[in-house]
Amino acid sequence: MRRLAAMLLLIPLAGLAAGAADYAQLPGGNFRTALKYEDRKGATRIAPFALMRKPVTNAEFLAFVRSQPQWRRDRVARVFAEPRYLSHWTSADALGAKALPQQPVVQVSWFAAQAYCEAQNARLPSWDEWEYAAAADETRRDARRDPAWRERILRWYSHPSNQALARTGLQAPNAYGVQDLHGLVWEWTEDFSSLLVAGDNRNQGDADNAKFCGAGALSMDDRDNYAVLMRVAMLSSLNAEDTTANMGFRCAKDLK
Amino acid sequence: MKRLLCLLLLVACTPVLAASKPVPLPRDSVYQLPVQLTDQDGRQFAWASRRGKVQLVAMFYTSCQYICPLIVDSGKAVERQLTPAERARLGILLVSMDPKRDTPAALTSIVAKRKLDRARWTLASPSPADVREVAGVLGIRYRALADGEFNHISALVLLDANGRILARTEKMGSQPDPEFVAAVRHATAGP
Repeated sequence: MRRLAAMLLLIPLAGLAAGAADYAQLPGGNFRTALKYEDRKGATRIAPFALMRKPVTNAEFLAFVRSQPQWRRDRVARVFAEPRYLSHWTSADALGAKALPQQPVVQVSWFAAQAYCEAQNARLPSWDEWEYAAAADETRRDARRDPAWRERILRWYSHPSNQALARTGLQAPNAYGVQDLHGLVWEWTEDFSSLLVAGDNRNQGDADNAKFCGAGALSMDDRDNYAVLMRVAMLSSLNAEDTTANMGFRCAKDLK
Repeated sequence: MKRLLCLLLLVACTPVLAASKPVPLPRDSVYQLPVQLTDQDGRQFAWASRRGKVQLVAMFYTSCQYICPLIVDSGKAVERQLTPAERARLGILLVSMDPKRDTPAALTSIVAKRKLDRARWTLASPSPADVREVAGVLGIRYRALADGEFNHISALVLLDANGRILARTEKMGSQPDPEFVAAVRHATAGP
């Protein structure tokens, strides 16, 4: 009996440790973003960083919630997470049929994602880091010019989003060893709220309407890169406490 | 009669008793965020220590040329619509999104230049790592530009004494948003 208890204790710990260790190292370098910034000309310098190979799973997030119960859905501060936070879990500390252990965790707010990464001595990736990592396909670090690759990514966006999410780690790793950047979930970035597609206060009093559609094209340098455009449109429409059925995250770390 | 007196005393004393014990913050209070700020006098204070008074909060930065002076104008414009009693019940807090440059000295220069009443106005900087979280609870989006300026949403946010958001306006300038002013007057109306 005691041994069983010890084993049960070990399982979530092992899950946590695996999650924390599973980072790919990305060399960084000069990267040309698909976003158009009036103030930023030329390439952006990306410092070397580490990125989780897979998005955070339900099992990993459950272990976090158990160790930091202030992030349970029944205890979390409303300013940090809206009522739909983890609402697909069967209870505040159990997953259930709609949230399988190896599926990516969704219905998590930016604040919750931040807290999770902080607990792993990590952080959320910046948008630039995410876009840089996501520019790679299985063999090339920058596959964005390849129409066939673009087409493949876009196909995911045309899937209805009410289907059950696949498990993480089913897709082939990209050139950096990172998986699931496309085709599984949307992902929070540390600076999601810097994606100001509506311009600052040009639409006074009507910002909510202006934030989402259309406006995204204004700041796109590469209008054919719809996949990036849709990510930006999504991130720029959310508040830090919002959650959605397709929004997950993964953590990043500085490399010294 | 004695019993009635007792009862009255009890009723009168209950809020005092309640106040002496820390009442948990509401779950929807922005003061749930455990961050420290440094004001124009170099004093450190907890964000949550603003609790207990109705607050008008905005984010800004001192080197801002265009919209930020307008944010101060907007705060002043709201202030002017209030009676002295209402004004006394209001705190105004401007939080910097540029803490690296907004030192106490930089904040003090704005207090002096804009002749802000220190009894009511506080200008303060969070630590650089906390700015996006403060902005997050206030619903402010911003991006640092290459030239040191910021692209940002300008908003006045009205908080009740427990840090719950009562109202918000993105209409800036010396002509205050009448709906927002009404909310401030309502929140600062006497007991």
